[in-house]
Amino acid sequence: MTYMITHAFLQSYWWLIISLLAGLLVFLMFVQGGQSFIFSLPRNDMQRKMMVNALGRKWEFTFTTLVTFGGAFFASFPLFYATSFGGAYWVWMAILFSFIIQAVAYEYRSKPSNVYGTSLFDTFLFINGSVGPFLIGVAVATFFTGSDFTLDLFCRVTWGSGWHGLEALVNPVNLLLGFAVLFLVRVLGLMYLSNTIDDAEMAVSIRKTLARNAVPFLIFFLAFVAVILTGKGFMSSPAGEVTMVKYHYLHNLVTNPLTLIFFTGGVVLVLVSLWLALFKNSDKAIWYAGFGTVPVVMALFFMAGYGDTAFYPSTADLQSSLTLENSSSSLFTLRTMMYVSFIIPFVVAYIWYAWRSINRKRINSEEMNGDDHMY
Amino acid sequence: MIENFDLSLVNWSRAQFALTAMYHWLFVPLTLGLSFILAFMETIYVRTGDEIWKRITKFWMTLFGINFAIGVATGIILEFEFGTNWSNYSWFVGDIFGAPLAIEGILAFFLESTFIAVMFFGWNKVSKKFHLASTWLVAIGANLSALWILIANAWMENPVGMAFNPDTARNEMNSFREVVFNPVAIDKFTHTVTSGFVLASVFVVGISAWFLIRRREQMLAIKSILIAGIFGLVSSLLVAFTGDTSARTLAKVQPVKFAAMEALYEGRTDAGLTVIGALDDSGERIGEKKVHDVRLKIEIPKLLSIMTTGKGSGYVPGIKDLVNGNPERGILSVQEMMNRGTYARQVLTDYKMAKELGDTESMTSLAAMFEDPDFVDNYFRYFGYSYFEHPWQVIPSVPVTFYSFRIMVGLGFFFILLFALALWFYRRQSLERNRWFLWLALLSIPLAYLASELGWVVTEMGRQPWIIQNLMPVNVAVSNISTGAVQTTFWLFAVLFTALLIAEVSIMVRQIKTGPKQKEE
Repeated sequence: MTYMITHAFLQSYWWLIISLLAGLLVFLMFVQGGQSFIFSLPRNDMQRKMMVNALGRKWEFTFTTLVTFGGAFFASFPLFYATSFGGAYWVWMAILFSFIIQAVAYEYRSKPSNVYGTSLFDTFLFINGSVGPFLIGVAVATFFTGSDFTLDLFCRVTWGSGWHGLEALVNPVNLLLGFAVLFLVRVLGLMYLSNTIDDAEMAVSIRKTLARNAVPFLIFFLAFVAVILTGKGFMSSPAGEVTMVKYHYLHNLVTNPLTLIFFTGGVVLVLVSLWLALFKNSDKAIWYAGFGTVPVVMALFFMAGYGDTAFYPSTADLQSSLTLENSSSSLFTLRTMMYVSFIIPFVVAYIWYAWRSINRKRINSEEMNGDDHMY
Repeated sequence: MIENFDLSLVNWSRAQFALTAMYHWLFVPLTLGLSFILAFMETIYVRTGDEIWKRITKFWMTLFGINFAIGVATGIILEFEFGTNWSNYSWFVGDIFGAPLAIEGILAFFLESTFIAVMFFGWNKVSKKFHLASTWLVAIGANLSALWILIANAWMENPVGMAFNPDTARNEMNSFREVVFNPVAIDKFTHTVTSGFVLASVFVVGISAWFLIRRREQMLAIKSILIAGIFGLVSSLLVAFTGDTSARTLAKVQPVKFAAMEALYEGRTDAGLTVIGALDDSGERIGEKKVHDVRLKIEIPKLLSIMTTGKGSGYVPGIKDLVNGNPERGILSVQEMMNRGTYARQVLTDYKMAKELGDTESMTSLAAMFEDPDFVDNYFRYFGYSYFEHPWQVIPSVPVTFYSFRIMVGLGFFFILLFALALWFYRRQSLERNRWFLWLALLSIPLAYLASELGWVVTEMGRQPWIIQNLMPVNVAVSNISTGAVQTTFWLFAVLFTALLIAEVSIMVRQIKTGPKQKEE
């Protein structure tokens, strides 16, 4: 068995794990999406309290997935970690800041003597909910559009732009994915709230708001997909030479059956979820959307990393671009980490069990007036 | 580029990491220890069915939640700062260092974050036993998380289980077992985690003492003192024991740090351990570093020799021996290490140039050197020394290390006494009558935080200038970004952390003053 586990196999395996974590992260950002409505959706304090408590019981999953995503990237593709984090400094710092303020906001917002008042902590939740997903979308878009860096002989990064990552915000293609992710997580957030909160008035508001967010999501997402599939992609030859090739990502999509199935299947599930939520008043749409979001994100990552592709391309020097081959950890480390990754299904199982235990009963105003731990 | 590093960038990057780490460590030890105290209390509740224990558990759980959130917030920054501020480090050793961080996420963070939701919100939703299991899993998850990050941290101080790959110009793991069972990691984990237990116990005893001073919630306070007193006494004895084993390991793997902790400049046999002392500038210099005399010294004869070598006549090298070399004791001078390291770095540069030029013959012969044990053991192991200009640059700040160590150890012994007294007065049912003790316990809370922070000061300041012992100095590890960018984020973090700390303390004080809810449902 061991002889089959080549370095190339493990690089692909770990890209699969990274893709899975990215997919789960985007799905779990329904928490952020829900937070972005903190000032607009609730009609009164009780509705806001129900909304915050519904989201607050899940915020740690998203946070933990983000941390694990970072850790897994560090362990499996350390050159990406060094290059992107050390170069695109301001983008990552902005993402970090948006998550730091989230962590405390839930716990402190309604506590007496919180010094700054509930509204500031609610503003923190709004900032995290809006800025976090948008910037993560922009950062991921650079996997397709490239970044301005060079690497020297010893793999030390020099970033070309003094804006250290913020220059990605002036690339319209990056913005398309940024907004697509933002509106997607807003849609997911609304679906989650619909599933979790037992309040007729809120259910009506949620449905109306959902329609207004689903349309821009579809427009931004389809525009981004159209641009990358019809544009040039960063192809890496077997010798490691990187060139720009027209329709490269389209080629990756249609020639890899897994990518094609994940992408089309995922898109169909997301569309079904929208149909269920908007036209069937279903509160189960979140599950269809979730099971659709994860494979679509994974398919985007497959397009960026598999099929002789540079997943973190350099626009300053194509040959500095990062591929799965030149940026990964050693065979030994990837193999060791593979064994560790076998525990992931067990982790998913206990998360699922604990989630079901807590969400067995929907949140209502009666529970909010109780004496349990509240946000 | 690297050779002409910007010292201010290095210092600001260090300051930012230190700021984040020190804020983070204000919250983590309480989480580590209080999670177990909660588990003990809830176990008693489930076993006895006595509602008072549920009430006690929920009170401390509220304080746990307030503290936990801000610990999480500061923790995520540390992980990402390895990439944003120390990108050269991230590549040079990411193959080894990244693995524990990823494992921490998969094995520990999910455990902790999943069951903390059940712990807080599941009282009326899941069975008593499931809830209790969740509380225990939170405690185990939090401490497992500490295990993996401390394995990573220990590896920086004693890099083992790896080999250098000239092709990728980085170190690569070749033994996961050696990384995990690194002796420094074992000592560090046991010492750090038990010190967290001590801090949490002091916290619980101190707050409980306040209730007794105010003659409120006596039952809650006395029962809490019993649990925290036992846990604290056992933990503080373990801290002393693990501190001793840590020092023994340290003397072998980081002898300069060890000598700095003792302000020992001249190596000697029959070396005594300085219990108390004051440093004074002797007027002598090693390069640009001051040499200090230890005044007002109270010393335990031979103890330092016994601690490091196992016998009273054992030789303990001083800073001068370690910098200038001591051929009689087989200690190389730093200058010699610098020469050997420079040679190793030149071999690597030649290899990379040969690869660039496609000179396969040179590549083959140079690559073979990195597999030659003589080159690896006698030259490459000093790779990091090639970045120094002067031998004295390997000396850390002796006063900071010396004083921090003594205050930490002194407070450690004080806490043993504190817990012993708490249990003594509990047994004699005289806690409320000994108000001086109650005040002492309350005022000890900040001392526990001080001792805990100073432990990290000794560890991290004492190992300067290394980010990875002998392989990479901090100035080489830093990201190639502007000093202004790091200064900006430093101040942003400083303001944000301080603002959040103010809110945390304010909420915590208010919750304590409010006390537990009067009646449990």
